[in-house]
Amino acid sequence: MDVESKVIEIVTREQHLPPGTVKRNSTFTELGIDSLDGVNILFAVEEEFKIDIPDAVAQNMKSVAQVVDGLTRVLEGKDISDLVAIAKSGSPAASH
Amino acid sequence: MSQDGRKVVITGLGVFASTGKDRESFFDNLVNGRSGVRRISLFDPSPLSVQIAAEVPDYNPTDYFPAKRLDLLDRFTQFALIAARETMESSGLEVREEERPRFGVVVGSGMGGVQTFDSGCYSLYARGATRLHPFTIPKVMHNAPASQISMEYNAQGPSFSTSTACSSSGHAIGEALHLIKYGQADMILAGGSDTPITMSMMRSWESVRVLATGNGNPASACRPFSADREGFVMGEGAGILLLEEYGHARARGAKIFAEICGVGMTSDATHITQPSVDGPARAIRLALEEARMRPDEVDYINAHGTGTPLNDLTETEVVKRVFGEHARHVPISSTKSMHGHAMGATGGIELVATVMALERGIIPPTANFTRPDPQCDLDYVPNQAREKPVSAAISNSFAFGGLNAVLMVRRLKADSD
Repeated sequence: MDVESKVIEIVTREQHLPPGTVKRNSTFTELGIDSLDGVNILFAVEEEFKIDIPDAVAQNMKSVAQVVDGLTRVLEGKDISDLVAIAKSGSPAASH
Repeated sequence: MSQDGRKVVITGLGVFASTGKDRESFFDNLVNGRSGVRRISLFDPSPLSVQIAAEVPDYNPTDYFPAKRLDLLDRFTQFALIAARETMESSGLEVREEERPRFGVVVGSGMGGVQTFDSGCYSLYARGATRLHPFTIPKVMHNAPASQISMEYNAQGPSFSTSTACSSSGHAIGEALHLIKYGQADMILAGGSDTPITMSMMRSWESVRVLATGNGNPASACRPFSADREGFVMGEGAGILLLEEYGHARARGAKIFAEICGVGMTSDATHITQPSVDGPARAIRLALEEARMRPDEVDYINAHGTGTPLNDLTETEVVKRVFGEHARHVPISSTKSMHGHAMGATGGIELVATVMALERGIIPPTANFTRPDPQCDLDYVPNQAREKPVSAAISNSFAFGGLNAVLMVRRLKADSD
């Protein structure tokens, strides 16, 4: 199974959504995914792919496409410093 | 400080326990001496020397919660929510928008989300996991029930958790009483929840040597005040009551189950596990003092009554010291003989039993009483429920750590204001 299909499967499962709801271009906001749901999805992705997603990259994953793209680059061992740079200007995923 | 304050009444009752998943079946089972203690089914207890507990039987979480919600609820929070729903339903309370900041939730727990933490730690230490689930913290924290209940009922007033082992509920309900009495809130859902039946908890208690064994006959394992008592039986559950300012309750025509008229909170300040006579005795006296009642006006004591040799002896001495001659006449019963020791939930569960005894004039028995202990020589209502009008009662909670909370309830006088 390709990365995109797997991410869609994970988001669908973790959010208990009906099959077919989650698309590549779905944003977390559209899917009703809040900050806590977001970290849950990233946890499931890390477990599934047996990888670590750096916090700074994780902060930038707010849509299915962003997860798929970021994850693909992590899996391919590519330079992700530009993703980190973007994320540093963003807000933290959760407060408290 | 002045004792004057507003009158507080109990207008809702909810319980989820091994002896009943609602207040009617719960009280019916207590009155008929039916035990909730059985062989542990939550995990394989075969390696344990104590293989019994008072579990809530046949519990299926999806009967109560949608899957998405369940992801964030440890078992102890599930139980608290289920009990709170019954409490709200029994109260008929509909909170108006402008009242929400005056509506709070105070729920105690001794152990918190130990089921979640236990399985998380197992993954970490035994299976080599390198990360734990991000819902671990919001599920494990002791205030999860207070928070989840506040969200379910949009209660925007003072909400928090208490954690004082076996007195957690007593302190929660006592604090709720004072928040309303002294004007910080008008309505509070108060009680406790605990679900400590895990391998790690059972092992921890096993080594303290305070658990009753009785694997061959679980229902009669817990025998408080009886000469052959062996210890307590681990239990689980939740007990939640709605405390309401009397004027507010009367204005909406609420059914009033009882007035909650006093709480006594003290510390033994002596030993981390061994109870004193002085600390609990002072707690009872403080509850009486707040209620402005004499000891001989108390006509039922719901005992802490764990069934350990030490507690039951000490509690008997406590009652004698406070009640004097009246100690010989006041009925005392330990409902833990049936619903087990639900730790931080036990005070809430037992206050529901106490209020129902007061409301119905039936005192649930101390089950499994086989023979008197010469050192425990009071009236423990052995084995048979007793029909007797109850106008005022106390419920005792004495915790490990020497922290005591005694709650006092009475019938609301028809003409009182």
